[in-house]
Amino acid sequence: MSGIEATATPNSFGEVRGAGDLEHAAGRLMSKRIIVGYGFWIFLLSDIVMFSAFFATYAVLVGQTAGGPSGRELFDLRNTAIETACLLLSSFTCGIANIGAQAHRGSWFYGAMTATFILGAAFIGLEVQEFAGLVARGAGPTRSAFLSAFFTLVGCHGLHVTAGLLWLLTMMAQVFAKGYRADILRRMLCFSLFWHALDIIWVALFTMVYLMGAAS
Amino acid sequence: MLGKLSWAAVPFDQPIPLIAAALVGMVIIAVLAWVALKGWLPYLWREWITSVDHKRIGIMYTLLAMVMLLRGFSDAIMMRSQQAVAFQSSGYLPPEHYNQIFSAHGTLMIFFVAMPFVIGLMNFVVPLQLGVRDVAFPTLNSVGFWLTATGALLVNISLVVGEFARTGWLPYPPLSELTYSPGVGVDYYLWALEISGVGTLLSGVNLVTTVLKLHAPGMTYMRMPMFCWTTLAANLLIVAAFPVLTATLAMLLLDRYLGFHFFTNEAGGNVMMFMNLIWAWGHPEVYILILPAFGIFSEVISTFSRKPLFGYRSMVAATMVICILSFTVWLHHFFTMGAGADVNAIFGIASMIIAVPTGVKVFNWLFTMYGGRVVYSTSILWSIGFMVTFVIGGMTGVLLAVPPADFVLHNSLFLVAHFHNVIIGGVLFGAFAGYNYWFPKAFGFRLHEGLGKASFWCWILGFYLAFMPLYVLGLMGMTRRMQHYDVAAWRPWLLVAAVGAAVILVGIILQIAQLAVSIRRREALRDVTGDPWDGRSLEWATPSPPPAFNFAVLPRVEGEEAYWRIKQRARQQARLGEEPGYTEIEMPRNSPTGFICAFFATFMGFALIWHIWWMVALAALGAYATFVVFAWRDRDEDIIPAEVVARIDRANRSARSTALAQPEAAS
Amino acid sequence: MSHSEHERDKNYPDIAPGYERPEGHDAEEGIGTYLTGLGLATLLTAVSFFIARTTLVWQPSIPVALAVLAIAQMGVHLVFFLQITTGPDNVNNVMALFFGVLIVLLLLGGSLFIMAHLNQNMMPMDQIMQMQR
Repeated sequence: MSGIEATATPNSFGEVRGAGDLEHAAGRLMSKRIIVGYGFWIFLLSDIVMFSAFFATYAVLVGQTAGGPSGRELFDLRNTAIETACLLLSSFTCGIANIGAQAHRGSWFYGAMTATFILGAAFIGLEVQEFAGLVARGAGPTRSAFLSAFFTLVGCHGLHVTAGLLWLLTMMAQVFAKGYRADILRRMLCFSLFWHALDIIWVALFTMVYLMGAAS
Repeated sequence: MLGKLSWAAVPFDQPIPLIAAALVGMVIIAVLAWVALKGWLPYLWREWITSVDHKRIGIMYTLLAMVMLLRGFSDAIMMRSQQAVAFQSSGYLPPEHYNQIFSAHGTLMIFFVAMPFVIGLMNFVVPLQLGVRDVAFPTLNSVGFWLTATGALLVNISLVVGEFARTGWLPYPPLSELTYSPGVGVDYYLWALEISGVGTLLSGVNLVTTVLKLHAPGMTYMRMPMFCWTTLAANLLIVAAFPVLTATLAMLLLDRYLGFHFFTNEAGGNVMMFMNLIWAWGHPEVYILILPAFGIFSEVISTFSRKPLFGYRSMVAATMVICILSFTVWLHHFFTMGAGADVNAIFGIASMIIAVPTGVKVFNWLFTMYGGRVVYSTSILWSIGFMVTFVIGGMTGVLLAVPPADFVLHNSLFLVAHFHNVIIGGVLFGAFAGYNYWFPKAFGFRLHEGLGKASFWCWILGFYLAFMPLYVLGLMGMTRRMQHYDVAAWRPWLLVAAVGAAVILVGIILQIAQLAVSIRRREALRDVTGDPWDGRSLEWATPSPPPAFNFAVLPRVEGEEAYWRIKQRARQQARLGEEPGYTEIEMPRNSPTGFICAFFATFMGFALIWHIWWMVALAALGAYATFVVFAWRDRDEDIIPAEVVARIDRANRSARSTALAQPEAAS
Repeated sequence: MSHSEHERDKNYPDIAPGYERPEGHDAEEGIGTYLTGLGLATLLTAVSFFIARTTLVWQPSIPVALAVLAIAQMGVHLVFFLQITTGPDNVNNVMALFFGVLIVLLLLGGSLFIMAHLNQNMMPMDQIMQMQR
């Protein structure tokens, strides 16, 4: 290719990194998939750090109800359980969609993506319903610092899911228009990472906000 | 229709900002007109504005930083002169204007001078040092730059339309809440930083991935130049810390826009949570700025001492230890806010521990110089000036890390002197060292040494004159941000400080002169070989300026100081290596995505500040559409034919072999 | 196009998160991993919801149990959905994850620790406001 012999050089972690036939034409020793996946992974970690700031704020302000209702009076665990089921299943279907896309199986991809969308939209619907109910009961975000933190933390996750739904539709349109091109499959990989990460955040969320809130 | 915006927003009654803004506006219009008349707009659009080349983006970041430095420095001159005259009088700046000036000064200097300067240098240099042709995400890089520029633009718009925050460079509640700051100033601050913060985050993701995943063959982690390591650490900190800033400012925005109660006094809000979170970002931010500077000094000192960096491995370890420890010290910014002895003690001790790896670095630099044949170029003058100055700043920092001492010195001018001591003496000196060091690589000719040295001496003299008095004033009890004062004993020191600012001004004028003179004498200062300083890392293996693809053939790395080895072999054999077989190269295509995104982001930010909701919706839609259009494109790479690659590389090879034949002429 | 990328990926020492190596895996086997993950996650979620409302266990232990279950479930998601493993090809992904987790813990722990102590030497803000009235 370019005068680079196929030598193996151990790097600092003791792995063996071969050169030679691996060189990408644009000078990358890694495939784009690995680079894009890793970059997105770093982004996701930063997103999780952002959530941790909201979590920390919630944990500090959870007792500041200012005479208003506390989580124990407000949270309906049945609703949370349905939401959790929706999101967990959607994480599964999203994984199927990714496998389907990587294997170029249209029926799997479109079917699983549609299922993911329906489950995600159901989740958002339930959350909006819950928020509307709280506001109607006079427990809106302006009522107390606790409710401000609650609405922001849960709402931020909800906004992420909404953005994910928008991305999902764009993703489906792209596969439909362009087929299973390598760059589109990379985006699909990123989308499934994003969706799984939202599920992980939801695990922290339902445990810390809803379950601990209702138990205490 | 236009929300809160009306003609009353333009401060017709305040001549200073209006005249300044009119002047700046005229300069911008004149430059634009000149560019348009010369017919350069298509060139600018094609080669710079839409460029995804990391070198071009790096240069634009640096340019942004330098222009904003002028703006931030004019604020500094106003503050120093105000305090010089405001003894038992109100001076010439009314309090509400003075408060905007110190807020804008801090905001600009940190977010739009120091940050773009180091990010620009990292962008420009790191792929070259790693021996690769590109960063990991070129288009994302462009988006990041233009979003940063949007933030800077919004801060400067506040000069003419509305007002800027009067709350200091970090808008502490409850002062920054709607009750006490009903104007748009804080909103300008918040939206500018939210938007540019996204840009910084994208840049951080990009550079972390670049350093960890893109390497020339054989460039293992422990063979990377020191600057790559500090870039990695700084960008890991960006990725971990900037989301906290985004979240914190978002909470303040929710308080201000939707009546939430995070940091209010009512309904259970807790202002201390803001201090806690903002400094959980703020302290890593300090290291985001200083770590790249440490990397620059490592490169400069090693090159101009003609020696490998002393203690490379300990340097890497120190960098990564700082990266982690910087997240464990943030409470020392609010020792005085009521925490108990155990909390203060833990964070005080952690603050002292973090000085240890920094000390390791200083000793490493000293040992690098020890026994070397030190060439006193402008860059190494900045580096030596840094070592002396930064050690003083570090010592006063350790002093402030002792809680009882901090109780006395907190928010006094002693603190102001301390952080200017480390940020000017560390970050800015580092940026200037890097600017002088890598300028020939970027533009193909060196900067004038005489004027560069003159500007250095003015800067360092001016720095000591301006800030050493502030230490004294702090110990005398003068607090920061005073618009006027009645203590006669303070006056002489403030006059000295004002003189210091004037000397720094001379330094800045000399820097501008240096640039102008260097451009006029560029033929005499031409860097023909691409290796003007007898460098040791791979960026010096490329022509100056490097072609779009950086390396005609990826270099093969066999140890630390990759280029030094290649060069030594060529010198021993008295000839360059064999000419490689050239192949065509795929490079990412230019894309206006970044610029268009920033265009919409500017409107969105402005509309949010002034509550023009229809414009917010429109701009959001535009930004989304931009991304979809970008995602829909079919060709994302251009091909550079093998002949072009060969022509460029052969020209450079012939220059290098000529230089090799006469070894002294090159250095 | 992507198949050639699959071929090339086999040679790399690293791997992208969320991505299984193609060799020896066809799509059906990939689903097996996801099914295992789904089963484990459902189980852990169900136990969490059960414990939160039960009176069978000692009440003060409930938050601890919930935290342990949540962390376990996050681990399940990471391993079975995001395909993060401890293999040598995953070193970079795992190191990045550790860094992220460390920051999250420092931020959460530090904030709670600091905020719990901030009233030690100064009166809380709302009480100061009370005095002003």
